[in-house]
Amino acid sequence: MKHLILTAAAVALSAGLAHAGSHSVVRMGTEGAYPPWNFINDAGEVDGFERELGDELCARAELNCEWVTNEWDSIIPNLVSGNYDTIIAGMSITDERDEVIDFTQNYTLPDPSAYLAMSMDVDVMGGAVIAAQTNTIQAAFIAEKGWTLVEFATPEETIAAVKNGEADAVLADKSYLAPFADEDPDLMFLEQEELIGGGVGMGIRESDGELKDKFDMAIQSMKDDGSLNALITKWEIGETF
Amino acid sequence: MGLYWSFVTVLVLLAITAPTALLFGFGGATAARANFLPLRWFGKAYISVVRGVPDIAFFLFFVIALDQMFELVRHQIFCPGWAEEIWQGNDFRVCPEAKLPLGNAAQWVHEVYGFFLAVLTFAIVFGAFSANVLYGAMMAVPRGQMETAEAYGMTRAQAFWRVLVPQMWVYALPGLSNLWMILIKATPLLFLLGVEDIVYWARELGGTKQARFSDYPHGDWRLWYFLGLLIFYLAFTKLSEFVLERLMRRLSHGQATIGAAA
Amino acid sequence: MSCWQTIQDYGLRAIGIGERLLPREDFGLCQQFTLIGSGLIWNIYFGMLALFIGFFIANAVALAKASRYYWLRKPAEWFILVFRGSPLFIQFFLAYFIFLRIKQAGYMPWLTSAQAGALIVLVLNTAAYSAEIFFGALRSVPKGEVEAADAYGFTGWKRFVRVIWPTTMRLAWPAYTNEAIFLFHATTLVFFSGFPTWKQQGDALYYANYFADKTFNPFIPYPIVAFYFILLTLTLIAAFGMVNRRLNRHLPQERRAKMRIRPNVIR
Repeated sequence: MKHLILTAAAVALSAGLAHAGSHSVVRMGTEGAYPPWNFINDAGEVDGFERELGDELCARAELNCEWVTNEWDSIIPNLVSGNYDTIIAGMSITDERDEVIDFTQNYTLPDPSAYLAMSMDVDVMGGAVIAAQTNTIQAAFIAEKGWTLVEFATPEETIAAVKNGEADAVLADKSYLAPFADEDPDLMFLEQEELIGGGVGMGIRESDGELKDKFDMAIQSMKDDGSLNALITKWEIGETF
Repeated sequence: MGLYWSFVTVLVLLAITAPTALLFGFGGATAARANFLPLRWFGKAYISVVRGVPDIAFFLFFVIALDQMFELVRHQIFCPGWAEEIWQGNDFRVCPEAKLPLGNAAQWVHEVYGFFLAVLTFAIVFGAFSANVLYGAMMAVPRGQMETAEAYGMTRAQAFWRVLVPQMWVYALPGLSNLWMILIKATPLLFLLGVEDIVYWARELGGTKQARFSDYPHGDWRLWYFLGLLIFYLAFTKLSEFVLERLMRRLSHGQATIGAAA
Repeated sequence: MSCWQTIQDYGLRAIGIGERLLPREDFGLCQQFTLIGSGLIWNIYFGMLALFIGFFIANAVALAKASRYYWLRKPAEWFILVFRGSPLFIQFFLAYFIFLRIKQAGYMPWLTSAQAGALIVLVLNTAAYSAEIFFGALRSVPKGEVEAADAYGFTGWKRFVRVIWPTTMRLAWPAYTNEAIFLFHATTLVFFSGFPTWKQQGDALYYANYFADKTFNPFIPYPIVAFYFILLTLTLIAAFGMVNRRLNRHLPQERRAKMRIRPNVIR
């Protein structure tokens, strides 16, 4: 009985908010394991480029946002199933994904993928073993080239694989690898880079056109006044618009 | 902080799941030996299908399915006049009132709901295993006991509740305690269900932290965190073994089994 | 592309025979069934080998645990506690780490591949669980049978092989069947966490994961995995049931232990 009353109250509440759009709270889904894009900070909260970007976008679109983390593997099924309303997790805009969900306009330029290795002599084309995270565009790219691919479940393990000699190089977004190259004297970038995938955008359900429009406008306004570029520079994400 | 909470989460989950799974198991076992044929089929199908599937494969799709099922049911109840399609292409859209939890609910409500779904999923999986154990235990109660009950003029239901159920526990306990051990060791799979458990935090905190993103930069410390978890699990197992052995001794008291005789 | 063609291309993909690239479009049911079925080869490989090797180790460990000698008994007890008391998930992680160290020291580089490394972990894991089952059965061998063996003049090794061991197996078999089922289920963890996947040659769950990621629909590939595993489990139960009937063939008909689960020593 108590449950019914609670629900009834909630129904009344949401009816009152109906004119404010169907989203009184917008839940932002992210992975939380991909610095500098998104990661969990010392206080246990979501932090990073996308946290700051998302909060600013929500402020501009006058939305009330909340952050949730989800495993990368099931991040899209949980979006279409309605467990959160957006994906903001460094997700490149690809045709495959675009068939299932909608993307806002990109908020970063295509980030080149780079190879991180222990020595400059690694010959990527000539039979080197390349590590990548399972089910990423980089993994698909290596498989397509016919090179020797070894896949790991998390990005952390791909770096570890290079350091312990399981793989000769790791292929991943350059912005993700850059801090490792900076802080670890053993690791260095190869000269070769690959341009895979488009820019990164927010994923939104196809049936959620209204929300997509709001975020599109907010991203545009951040592009126009240069605040997006400032964020990109601050977090060293890549090139600015 | 998250790490300490996750220990609590795991312990609470175990504490809630175990009785729930037992309830599911009891239901399944009773169904599997029912006289009514469809019910018996249902019970047996539940036991053999869920036992036949690796729990990871089950966890990977079941939570979303369960969530959608609940929302679908609530949709039928709360929004009878809803005109839009529920499945629009890939999207699953129920009316806002049917959303679970409601779209504007606080974050902790979402977390509690996620936790609840995890408990339910665990209970369904381990319910099937415990149904199997309880089914075996019900069969193991000597037939003479039931015949005596009938001779005293008890009805089937009376004999079931007053004779069979009290006696089956002693046969079921070894199997159930093994199941408890397996349940403990299945908790690292919790992160698949979207609950931030010990393993999630061990990975998160143990992973390389760079000076740019953290005040306490360190390399790959996952090994130490996982070693810590190993010790936690070993200690927990040992403790469980101790408690269960005491329980077994209590239960076999006055029973005509080897356990009591020895 | 016909389904037959798909089976030819991808039927043995998991062991590197057939098309090099995984399918990238029109993910039909046929494709998913074929590729996930091909991944099942690895699950069967891990399951069968681990079961076979683990069986012998388990017998040795069970005997050691039942031994009178402290230095045999204690290591066996610890072995069983460590492998039964910790999640397989963590065992895989730690084992992979140790194997890497061994490889870096310049020994046995093949240890870090799933085919060998994960197999070793699975063998030790199942050995510990089975040893506990066999140990329990060993202790419940009826005294009368041992006394009868003594009366016939059997001693030592002969008494063990002819009388005690067959009875132990007979008693342990139903629980051991359960252990075998669990072992096959545990093989899905190999590539899921722990060991890396080389050249996209993974097990059934790996390919299901692949399809779930490509189609963004978890409701088709994972139930296919479930379907295959139910078949596998049923086959296992049938095979173990045959052995069970053979083990019990000397018993009078109605006393034959049916393959119902003995509540005594289930994992």
